[in-house]
Amino acid sequence: GCLRQQTWKIHFILLFSRQGKLRLQKWYTTLPDKEKKKIIREIVQIILSRNQKTSSFVDWKDLKLVYKRYASLYFCCAIEDQDNELLTLEVVHRYVELLDRYFGNVCELDIIFNFEKAYFILDEFIIGGEVQETSKRSAVKAIEDSDMLQETVEEYMNKPAF
Amino acid sequence: KFLFVCFPQAKYISQCIDEIKQELKQDNIAVKANAVCKLTYLQMLGYDISWAAFNIIEVMSASKFTFKRIGYLAASQCFHEGTDVIMLTTNQIRKDLSSPNQYDTGVALTGLSCFVTPDLARDLANDIMTLMSHTKPYIRKKAVLIMYKVFLKYPESLRPAFPRLKEKLEDPDPGVQSAAVNVICELARRNPKNYLSLAPLFFKLMTSSTNNWVLIKIIKLFGALTPLEPRLGKKLIEPLTNLIHSTSAMSLLYECVNTVIAVSMTWSFFQLCVQKLRILIEDSDQNLKYLGLLAMSKILKTHPKSVQSHKDLILQCLDDKDESIRLRALDLLYGMVSKKNLMEIVKKLMIHVDKAEGTTYRDELLTKIIDICSQSNYQYITNFEWYISILVELTRLEGTRHGHLIAAQMLDVAIRVKAIRKFAVSQMAMLLDNAHLIASNTQRNGICEVLYAAAWICGEFSEHLEEANQTLEAMLRPKVTTLPGHIQAVYVQNMVKLYASILQQKEQSGEKEAAQEITQLMIERLPQFVQSADLEVQERASCILQLIKYIQKLQIKEVPVAEEVIALFAGELNPVAPKAQKKVPVPEGLDLDAWINEPPSDSESEDEKPKTIFHDEEQRHSRHRQPEIDEEELARRREARKQEQANNPFYIKSSPSPQKRYQDTPGVEHIPVVQIDLSVPLKVPGMPMSDQYVKLEEERRHKQKLEKDKKKKKQKKEKRGKHHRHNSLHTESEEDIAPAHHVDIITEEMPENALPSDEDDKDPNDPYKALDIDLDKPLADSEKLPVQRHRNVETLKSPDSEAPLVEKKSKKPKKKEKKHKEKERDKGKKKEKEKKVIEEEEEKKVILQDLHYVRNCCYGPYLLLCSAVTYDIQGNLQNDSQVTVSVIFENKSTSFLKSMELNVLDSLNTKMLRPEGSSVHDGIPVPFQLPPGISNEAQFVFTLQSIVMAQKLKGTLSFIVKNDEGSTHEKLDFKLHFSCASYLITTPCYSDAFAKLLESGDLHMSSIKVDGISISFQHLLAKICFHHHFSVVERVDSCASMYSRSIQGHHVCLLVKKGENSVSIDGKCNDSTLLSNLLDEMKETLSKC
Repeated sequence: GCLRQQTWKIHFILLFSRQGKLRLQKWYTTLPDKEKKKIIREIVQIILSRNQKTSSFVDWKDLKLVYKRYASLYFCCAIEDQDNELLTLEVVHRYVELLDRYFGNVCELDIIFNFEKAYFILDEFIIGGEVQETSKRSAVKAIEDSDMLQETVEEYMNKPAF
Repeated sequence: KFLFVCFPQAKYISQCIDEIKQELKQDNIAVKANAVCKLTYLQMLGYDISWAAFNIIEVMSASKFTFKRIGYLAASQCFHEGTDVIMLTTNQIRKDLSSPNQYDTGVALTGLSCFVTPDLARDLANDIMTLMSHTKPYIRKKAVLIMYKVFLKYPESLRPAFPRLKEKLEDPDPGVQSAAVNVICELARRNPKNYLSLAPLFFKLMTSSTNNWVLIKIIKLFGALTPLEPRLGKKLIEPLTNLIHSTSAMSLLYECVNTVIAVSMTWSFFQLCVQKLRILIEDSDQNLKYLGLLAMSKILKTHPKSVQSHKDLILQCLDDKDESIRLRALDLLYGMVSKKNLMEIVKKLMIHVDKAEGTTYRDELLTKIIDICSQSNYQYITNFEWYISILVELTRLEGTRHGHLIAAQMLDVAIRVKAIRKFAVSQMAMLLDNAHLIASNTQRNGICEVLYAAAWICGEFSEHLEEANQTLEAMLRPKVTTLPGHIQAVYVQNMVKLYASILQQKEQSGEKEAAQEITQLMIERLPQFVQSADLEVQERASCILQLIKYIQKLQIKEVPVAEEVIALFAGELNPVAPKAQKKVPVPEGLDLDAWINEPPSDSESEDEKPKTIFHDEEQRHSRHRQPEIDEEELARRREARKQEQANNPFYIKSSPSPQKRYQDTPGVEHIPVVQIDLSVPLKVPGMPMSDQYVKLEEERRHKQKLEKDKKKKKQKKEKRGKHHRHNSLHTESEEDIAPAHHVDIITEEMPENALPSDEDDKDPNDPYKALDIDLDKPLADSEKLPVQRHRNVETLKSPDSEAPLVEKKSKKPKKKEKKHKEKERDKGKKKEKEKKVIEEEEEKKVILQDLHYVRNCCYGPYLLLCSAVTYDIQGNLQNDSQVTVSVIFENKSTSFLKSMELNVLDSLNTKMLRPEGSSVHDGIPVPFQLPPGISNEAQFVFTLQSIVMAQKLKGTLSFIVKNDEGSTHEKLDFKLHFSCASYLITTPCYSDAFAKLLESGDLHMSSIKVDGISISFQHLLAKICFHHHFSVVERVDSCASMYSRSIQGHHVCLLVKKGENSVSIDGKCNDSTLLSNLLDEMKETLSKC
């Protein structure tokens, strides 16, 4: 119902661990926080309860969930009925590749400790639910260039340690 | 970095938040940024950080990119339209957008994509549009993508920005190009007709691009465009075939196949796709398998034959370890059955039922088996004995929740297939006899529900029972009292029917003692039901007990009673169609809404009422039976039964197991049933026998075929010398399979002179049937030509007359609307909504150009329903009793509208098609919500019976208005005007066919004349074509013949003549009422010229 009001390719992306801990959430539709929490809880439960050998697609309300597990992390996208499931799997895979390239052999801990980087990479790759950069090289270059900009800032070096 | 991520305990978090609050108070921007970063993490964990919105804006405004980036990230994660401070960001964002540092601009654009509001969109649209031409492709790409969000929030920006967006399709940078493709495809998917002109450009891109992501988008776009412009389909065949053959990317292949399915191309192309899908399904990858099946089910809807040949593959999928794949395969099977393969498919399914783990999947299988067998009125069942035994076998399922489904099928088949009753009764008697196996599961809707059906069938058709005594005894067992109340009640009622028929039988054969014994049995056993806690059971049992005690008294006096007892249950119960009541025509002069008696005043005492009720009841009871015993039929049945007995192990219900029956001599029949040891959980005798039917059926068909072949050979011999190749090539087809025995499926009863309409017979839930249209047939003239026809109409017009027509149309409504608004304000009403109904042809949203791309349906002008809602009615060519009403909802208020529901007051003739199960008082929800200033279109289907008269339906649109002050529930009344013209479908007609039609003399004639016509003749014809759905057949000077056809096939012919200042129209039509109404409507249109 409420997910219909804004129609973009990907409605949201969730990353969560095998234990059901959310690691990243990106919404391309506007929803109240309460609703989001409910949806997250529901979807994490649906996907974690699925058999490993099943297909990567679940019909959920009027959307389709496309998910894939990489090591201990589940990557899950919600797309519309007419959208291409296989392409969405490729999108997920491409994002994992980007993370991998940026972090070097990415693991769940990388995403926990550098969660803002995980978001920056995602934002370089997908904007408003739509893939903006189909070339791996350009996406990672944009992030690295931005980081260069960041590293030259002296305040960053002097920031208080926690 | 942040230690707390490892210990997210509530206490620790609140400590952290306190710390963060302290940090936010500091002046050091680095500390602040870090605090905001931590907050972003907390937000992800589900904590509310909206209180820090202002701090986030502070960090967004930092001059250093490091901090700015964190600020924007936090904003994009937690800002939304309701965030108050968001308007404070406008200038900051504008500054960042124009920053010389491309990453500043980039980060602002990314952030904006997440939290853009209508205000931000309006204020920044121009800045973003400028960025679409930025020197850096990195910025251009982002700007193009954000533009889509801007369009959504601020639709007015679309027109000015579109030319530049279109330019980007040819941007030298592939990233920018693909972004533009993305946005335009996304726009076009929602409103394809506005983007048809871009088709050539996209076609070029499709053949030149090598980027799979872009290709997928474009193919999807063509999928949306092709239905509007059928010629595109042909052009697409070559590039799509190339892609399908050459691509290694499964996602692209899948998209191509899906598009081909969606736009329905040529047969050979379809075959290619099905082959490719087969490869997907055979793949070991579960995902490909799943999608392959999904796509197959889409093909099944249009080309069932091409899927049927892959039955083997789909049956294999039932073995898959993945349940979602099995369920997909089951869906497919439903559409694949035929007379030929039904038994085989069901047999396979039965094997799966046995193997199935988990009740959910098993129940799914059970419902599918029943769905498959019962579809289209048991169309594919050739042997009902087989079906009954399948149903009986299904009763073995433990723990199922679908007992009532099986029961309903048993009842339906036994009632409607007369020929099967005898067999059904014997099977049901067996079930009753073995009730202890079934009754162990007494939960509601459990398998014990079948006993309900079994008891009723045995009682109602007790004349077919071989061993009525034994069945009666089975029904009187003490165990029965553990069954649910509603089943016991049916038991009680039906044991009397059984009792009556036994009584009659005994009396007729003069066995008085036996008759008294059976009465005594009833009197002994009935009290256990009288004690029941269930009211229904108790009531029935005590009534019946009294009745039987009375019978006993009479029996003692040696009075014959059987005739009278049996008369209690006289009369055949015929199946009545669920919709029969609705179909009873209202007699002329009867007003159902009028009071028969004036409503009683409150002072009147109420004790008069019951009297009338009883009076009614008495009348209703006088039901009479006319038993029709056809000697021939009986003899035939007897013969058939004997044959059946020979090879039918079910028949002898008294034998403990079917295997034994074969070894024994016929004398075994007399072994009484009590000898079965009830403590041993026997297999219910005769149960696993449906397989034997499969075998028998195969033999039978083989025999049939041989016989046929023999006949053919004979024919051949006779016709030797002549060429008769067809016969020799003949293969077994559907029609060749004759049913096993003559089966007469009783159709459900309808009232006499029910209104003729087949609307009800079409199951709206059966997409496979409804869509079974031959798409490969060359287009008939009536389908092809509307495109040309409209062009003809246009060429009739002089260029100067055409332009003002379109212009006037777009200008006029605006003025009118404004006027209404002013009126509204004068009235002092709050919302800018017009409650008055305007039924004139004011709003003309349809652009003439559209007419070129419309096949099969005719567009009329959208009529103004009320200032917020415009509508248009189209006839449905596929269905002669349906019209589709397209309604455009436009929200002119400044509030958000949601939960819209449209409802109309159905008339006898015209009814809104509502989803099954909803009542006439239910509205149909509009499938979208409307933000301020947005319009969208929804379609509603109406069924109608007679089309000869115009109709007006009153309706209400209810909706929730949501704005800052809260939400209110509002209503908007309107009237839907179904003019007779809306039932016409523009159909071209050649002049010779037209002449023949007029010569036939079957048409009624009528004419009108309208004075004071000042517009040109071309213009006038165009108006008739446009508003009344006619096409010009021939035109000579100021005289023209025109033609149209109604959705129910009436021909309407016109001869239009223009005089000095007048026009006369002579019309001919099969129906005189329709004609005069049509002419009246035309008169009204023309008198406005």
